[in-house]
Amino acid sequence: MNNFRKLVDKIKPNFLPGGKFEKLHSTFDAIETFLFVPNTTSKSGTHIHDAVDSKRTMIVVVIALIPALLFGMYNVGFQHYNAIGQPEIGFWSMFWYGFLAVLPIVIVSYVVGLSIEFAGGQIRKEEVQEGFLVTGMLIPLIVPVDTPLWMIAVATAFSVIFAKEVFGGTGMNIFNVALVARAFLFFAYPQSMSGDKVWIRTGETFGLGGGSVVDGFSGATPLGQVSTATTANVDVVNMFGEQYSLMDTIIGLMPGSIGETSIIAIGIGALILLITKVANWKVMLSVFAGGIFAGLIFNQFGPETASANLPWFMHITLGGFAFGAVFMATDPVTSSRTETGKWIYGFLIGVLAIVIRVLNPGYAEGMMLAILLMNIFAPLIDFYVVDANIKKRLKRVKVTTSERVNK
Amino acid sequence: MKLLNTKSKGVLLGPLNKNNPITVQVLGICSALAVTAKLEPSLVMGISVIVIMALSNVIISLLRNTIPNRIRIIVQLVVIASLVTIVSEFLKAFAYDVSAQLSVYIGLIITNCILMGRLEAFAMSNRPWESLLDGVGNGIGYAWILVAVGFFRELLGSGSLLGIQIIPEALYEFGYVNNGLMMMPPMALILVACIIWVQRAKNKDLQEEQH
Repeated sequence: MNNFRKLVDKIKPNFLPGGKFEKLHSTFDAIETFLFVPNTTSKSGTHIHDAVDSKRTMIVVVIALIPALLFGMYNVGFQHYNAIGQPEIGFWSMFWYGFLAVLPIVIVSYVVGLSIEFAGGQIRKEEVQEGFLVTGMLIPLIVPVDTPLWMIAVATAFSVIFAKEVFGGTGMNIFNVALVARAFLFFAYPQSMSGDKVWIRTGETFGLGGGSVVDGFSGATPLGQVSTATTANVDVVNMFGEQYSLMDTIIGLMPGSIGETSIIAIGIGALILLITKVANWKVMLSVFAGGIFAGLIFNQFGPETASANLPWFMHITLGGFAFGAVFMATDPVTSSRTETGKWIYGFLIGVLAIVIRVLNPGYAEGMMLAILLMNIFAPLIDFYVVDANIKKRLKRVKVTTSERVNK
Repeated sequence: MKLLNTKSKGVLLGPLNKNNPITVQVLGICSALAVTAKLEPSLVMGISVIVIMALSNVIISLLRNTIPNRIRIIVQLVVIASLVTIVSEFLKAFAYDVSAQLSVYIGLIITNCILMGRLEAFAMSNRPWESLLDGVGNGIGYAWILVAVGFFRELLGSGSLLGIQIIPEALYEFGYVNNGLMMMPPMALILVACIIWVQRAKNKDLQEEQH
């Protein structure tokens, strides 16, 4: 490590003003501060330092995402080998297959996003910011495993440029960057993002797996089955028509976007985020409360459709609801900043997600659109919360002054 | 004899860039979103607006001293509406398909803010020749944005230009898919924004002051 530090110090003058690679200063700075703790200290004034900086915050979120990622990899292999009729192949083969299928998506997302971030920092002559560490991990987890890599690249580039860089980079974006990438894919290439063909990878991956699917196979996601059902009640089934129990939906060995299926893996991530206080528990809790509330309302008074009759707890465990609630809604940049606002913001996300699922037959999943919509409203919520507070305090001032006059 | 003196040149060329009706004055956005999914309707729409704008500017400029001030808006509207009706009938007769694609938007040129704006701001107080140049200039300024947006939306959204397949079949076999988002109105807004972005990056005097 010491030798490495010496090497970095040796090449450093090249990147400082006047050096050979002066123009690449931002890039060098980003790599240096990523590898080593910066040794610069403040020169004037009083500064309060905390152990938490945005790099550390980002890394905690990435660590919280790891369980969902690992489980997603295993699930990809599990679905694949079950679809081609070799369920006995064993845990490690399944994991290895999923690992090879998911890893390219992660790499493409990071390479494309980070290159744009570095180029952006370079052009603006600013430090490269670390916001993409989380986004680059979120994007692979919210797409179907069979999404072509070039689509991931295009969507990542679009969202980093138009949802983030044009607004001023990390911390300035109005919308959740990963969700913008997902929305771009959803509207630009709907045939690769919906239906029942894309959720289970049936082809071979780097020579592994592959084969024809077994008879009676269907790759529809549980929510896809619910939204296309013609009867008023429907049992969500796996690819062979066997019904999923509530426990199955919590464990999450079912078709879906890579990271969204397992409530257990997401729950571990949620615990990490809550214990380290990186995510806000109010937002997380109120999203679930909103979802349960809307689910119960539809169960009681909803129209006679399969999605309205889907039990409220299944609405929470199926699809991207839990993933969105834990990792997307809690994004500190795009959610409400005021404490009361966080309750309103989260609750409305939960309600809207279920409303979109139940009332719009075109969208099997509503979490993405619900969060993006509430991202727009977050500043408005904050504005009225602050405004209400000011009015309340003004009233108090008037009361005390009038009392004084009366005396 | 010079055909255009400096002032006329500014009148004609200003709207193409620094005084563009869409990207700088932000007028006529609705039609820019609505008709630009394909290149052909964008072209036809652009040409129609150039013709209507030039003619209405000249007519109002000729009438400017006889129009009573109180009813000038009505007179302007009558002139625009007659011209729009002529263009609309002309398109129905000779280019029915495009006319069907443009549907109500040809008729809605009547309400296009750019036309009323130029009549009020320019034709009412300038001579016919300058008014003609101003009309043509603003028409082209409007049209080139439409054509640029239509070009990218059709190329990326349908893989074709003017209905002719441009992106080779081999690429589709390789896994390429047309971008469906390009066919939706929001993408027109983003493309116009990109044009504005490039334009402001190049013209320092269009940039707002930094705080």
